[in-house]
Amino acid sequence: MKLSSISRKLLRIASSKRRFLNSLFSLGVVLSAILVVAPLFIILVSVAIKGGRALNLDFFLSLPKAVGESGGGIAHAIVGTLFMVGTGLLFSIPIGVASGVFLATTSNKRLSAIVRTSADCLAGVPSIVTGLFVYALLVVPFKRFSGFAGAVALSIIMLPTITRTTEEVVRMVPHDLFESAIALGAKRWQAVFRVVLPTASRGILAGFIGAASRAMGETAPLMFTAFGSHFLNLNPFEPVSAIPLVIFNYAISPYEDWQQKAWAASLVLTFLVLGGIIVSRRLVYGRFG
Amino acid sequence: MSRRRFSSDSVFFSYLTLSGASIVAILAGIAVVIGLQSRENINRTGIIEFITGTTWDPVTGIFGALPAIYGTVLTSFVAIIIAVPLGFGSAIFISEFAPPKMGAVFSVFIDLLASIPSVVYGLFGLFTFAPFMREHVQPLLQGAFGNLPLFQGPPLGVGFLTAGIVLSIMILPIITSVSREVLKAVPTPEREAGIALGLTRFELVRGVLFPSSRSGLFGATILALGRALGETMAVTMVIGNRYEISSSLFAPGHTLSAVIANEFTEAGTPQYLSALAGLALILMGITLLVNVIARILVLRITGATR
Repeated sequence: MKLSSISRKLLRIASSKRRFLNSLFSLGVVLSAILVVAPLFIILVSVAIKGGRALNLDFFLSLPKAVGESGGGIAHAIVGTLFMVGTGLLFSIPIGVASGVFLATTSNKRLSAIVRTSADCLAGVPSIVTGLFVYALLVVPFKRFSGFAGAVALSIIMLPTITRTTEEVVRMVPHDLFESAIALGAKRWQAVFRVVLPTASRGILAGFIGAASRAMGETAPLMFTAFGSHFLNLNPFEPVSAIPLVIFNYAISPYEDWQQKAWAASLVLTFLVLGGIIVSRRLVYGRFG
Repeated sequence: MSRRRFSSDSVFFSYLTLSGASIVAILAGIAVVIGLQSRENINRTGIIEFITGTTWDPVTGIFGALPAIYGTVLTSFVAIIIAVPLGFGSAIFISEFAPPKMGAVFSVFIDLLASIPSVVYGLFGLFTFAPFMREHVQPLLQGAFGNLPLFQGPPLGVGFLTAGIVLSIMILPIITSVSREVLKAVPTPEREAGIALGLTRFELVRGVLFPSSRSGLFGATILALGRALGETMAVTMVIGNRYEISSSLFAPGHTLSAVIANEFTEAGTPQYLSALAGLALILMGITLLVNVIARILVLRITGATR
C-alpha cells in the first residue's frame, strides 16, 4: 500500500483540531503553489497580447525607422543576438566541456574543489559586474564598444553552466565504458572523445542549449560591451544591437510606438528563450520535461 | 622518457587542467580588475567615506554608496519576506501533496518562470505591475496601515516595494526548486516513522521534514538572496531612480546594480567611472559571500554536486 493512502486512513481517526490545522495547512500549500505559477501565466499572456499587436513579418525583417515613422523592426537585434550568443558559445564550449571533463575525471581533489567552487561563484557573480569586467578588458583598451566584447561577456556567463552540466553528465557515463576503450588500446583522450563524450552527448548538448537560451535574455552584460546600435552591423568590432538591449532602450523611451515594439521584441525573446529551455529539458528528461 | 612527457595524453590532460584553471583565473580576474578600477575614487575619498557616504554628486566628485547599498539590501529583504513562505509552500506542494505527474508539470512551470529574461520582467513591471500597484495595492495599504512609516508618501507605483515584489517573483523558482531537492533528501524511514505515528501531513512537515531539512531550507533562502542582490534589469526599471535613503517602501530609490546600469554611459570623468566600479566591487563582495554560505549549507544536505 502506498504511504499516502496509509496516512489518509490514519487521518480519519485524528482529532478534529488536528484535522482542522491540517486542512488549513493544505489550503496554504495549494494556494502558495498557485501564487507561484500564476505570474508565469500572467506575464506570458500579457507579453503575448501586447506584443502580438505590434508583431508582423516586417518586424523580423526590417531595421528600425526614425521616430514618428511607422513600421520598422528589429532585424539588426535578432542578428546581433544570434551572432553574440553563437560566438560566445565558440569561446565557452571548448573551455567549459574540458573543465567539466576535468572535474568529473580528475583525481586531484584539491584542485577540482577549487575549480568547482570557482565555477559556482562565477555563476553567482551579478551579470552587470561581468559586463563591467569585459568593459575594462576589451572596450577601454580599444576605445570602442564591440559585438566581440559582448560575445566574450556572454561566454563568461555561459561558462559555469556548461562546465557544471558537462561534469554532471560525464559522471553518469559508466566507468566500464572508459575502461573498455582503454583495454582495447585507445589512448585516454581517444576514450574521452570517442566513447565518453558521445555517450554523454545528449546531456552536454542540453547544457549548451540551456546556457545559450539564458544568455540570449541577458541585458546587463551587453550594456557596456556591445552597447547597441540602430544598424545591421556585421563587423564584430563595431557596436552591435541585441534583442534585450532593444527592449530596455525602447521601454524607457517616451515614444508609445517604441514601447509597443518593446513588447513585441519581448514576445520574440521570450519565445526564443523558453523554446530553448523546453528543448533542453526534453533532451534531458524526455517527454515529461 | 621524453616520448612519454610529450605523449598525446599528457597534452590532453594539460588542456583539461588548464581549462579548469582558467575558470579560477576568470573569477580572480574579475575581482582584480574591478578592484583596480575602483581604486581611483577610493583613493580620493577614502574607503570608509565611500561606503558610508550618502551623497552622490558627480559634479563635485563626491560619491557615497550607502543609499545604493540600502536599496539593494531593502529590496532583497522585501523579496525574501514574500518569497520564502510561498516558495516553501509550493516546494511542499510538489514533494508532498501533488501526484508525481502533476509535480513534474509544476516543476516545468517553475523552470520556465526562472527562464523568463529579466528585462521582460522589467517591462512587465514598468507597464503592467507598477500602474497596478499605484492604482490598487498602494492606496489599499495606505488605507489599512497608513500611519506606519513603511507606507508613507504618494503612491508612485515605482519604488522599493514594487521592486521587491518583482524580485520576489524572480527568486521564487530558485527557492522552490532548491527546497524541493532538500525536502526530497529527507530519508524515507523518517517519513514512514512519522506516518506510522499517525501524524497528519501538517504534523509530518512541521515535526519531521522541517527539523531535518532546516539548514538546507535556510541555504535555499540564502541562495535566492544572492540572486536577488545581483539582479539588475528588472529592478532598474521599477526602482524609481532616486538616490535617497527612505524608510517608506513606497519611496523611489536606487540599488547598486541599478546605479551602475543607469549611469555608466553618462560617467564622463575617470573618478565617476571608478566610483561605479566601486559599487560593483561592493555588489560582488556581498553576492560572493552570500553564495558561498548558501552552497555550504545546501551541499551539506543534498550532498549533490550542485
